[in-house]
Amino acid sequence: MTDLLTLIVAKYNYWLYVILMMIGLYAMIAKNNLIKKLVGMNIFQTAIILFYVSIGYKRDATIPIIQNAHGGNDAHAAVIHAADYINPLPHVLMLTAIVVSVATFGVAMALAVRVYQRYQTLEEDELRMRLVDIGPEK
Amino acid sequence: MKFLGFIIVCLTGALLLYGTGEFPGWGDPHSPASIHLSNDYIEKAVEQTQVPNLVTAVLADYRGFDTMFETAVVFCAGLACFLLLRDFKEKKERFYRHTPTGVILHVKDSKKVLKTGKEFEHMDKDWVPSDLIIKTICRILIPFIQIYALYVVAHGDFSPGGGFQGGVIFGSSLILLAISYDLKVLVKRVKEKILGIFSAIGVLIYVGIAAICMPMGGNFLDYSKLAPLVPGDPHHVRALGMLGVEIGVGIAVTAVMVIIYINIVSEGRHEEGL
Repeated sequence: MTDLLTLIVAKYNYWLYVILMMIGLYAMIAKNNLIKKLVGMNIFQTAIILFYVSIGYKRDATIPIIQNAHGGNDAHAAVIHAADYINPLPHVLMLTAIVVSVATFGVAMALAVRVYQRYQTLEEDELRMRLVDIGPEK
Repeated sequence: MKFLGFIIVCLTGALLLYGTGEFPGWGDPHSPASIHLSNDYIEKAVEQTQVPNLVTAVLADYRGFDTMFETAVVFCAGLACFLLLRDFKEKKERFYRHTPTGVILHVKDSKKVLKTGKEFEHMDKDWVPSDLIIKTICRILIPFIQIYALYVVAHGDFSPGGGFQGGVIFGSSLILLAISYDLKVLVKRVKEKILGIFSAIGVLIYVGIAAICMPMGGNFLDYSKLAPLVPGDPHHVRALGMLGVEIGVGIAVTAVMVIIYINIVSEGRHEEGL
């Protein structure tokens, strides 16, 4: 038991992200409303973004903007140590991932609006019933 | 279904939690993610690109292709929203408000169009007078938000920021205008055609800057070959190329944010909505 506890304390960030991700996955599987499914998808994406950002973190390091490098050519005379700056690569990947998640969320909302316009509902079971009633073509 | 879903989630979660045992500790400087490529980025980026903000340097230069297609993805999302939702059919019923008296006219004949101007105002069916406090505060705030957005884009090379962030802030200022006033106010000021053109121009600026490098004798996206075109210090040409690219990204993201918002809230009709 104490082994497990020390493991959790050492890796608590990953545990939080896994729990968050599973909340999102559960919402995507079990919720009946399409908008709630989309919210679950966003929670899932947020968990992945947090996971990547935490991978990039280094102890005793600052944000990945080189200090005193604004002056011009002679500014980088000082040696830059990689251990002083956190890893920029996960930040870059997640920056683009956030924008793409906004874009996919927009498209998903547009599809939900279309579904609502046609079937007057966003609940999945009612949608299934109406699909049987109306058939694929109106 | 709920129970089955819960079991699946528990199993997947347990598997992932078991996997975390192999992961590097929190903030470990020797974790695998921080020992290979990222050290090169951190130590050489300023020397190679003259850009102190490493995130921008990696985003717009080392991984330029990735960002270019990312911008194309954003453009495609705006296009998909437009094609899915846009509805050009005119509504049969219209509502007008006589501004001096506040009398509301309900016109059922779609052919009868009142001239909107000083006297009559085209309005939504479930229109409520907008709150004076909200309107005033937003009118004061919006210009500052927009200037901040431009600052974020322009200083993306030197401080936290860049095209994506600045574009989103600028787009949200326009969305704030639509929320605090009326959708019509936004659509009247920012025409749909202009939004469409801007979202394409943003992508075009990016691809254009990347493509100009080829006739100048370099590879696609090799900003250093732009030096003869740019006045000033040739050492900074990579930073300037990145700035141009970020401006393109900002324009595209702004336009797409507003396109997505307008189409979703008005269900594609651009007349009524939040």
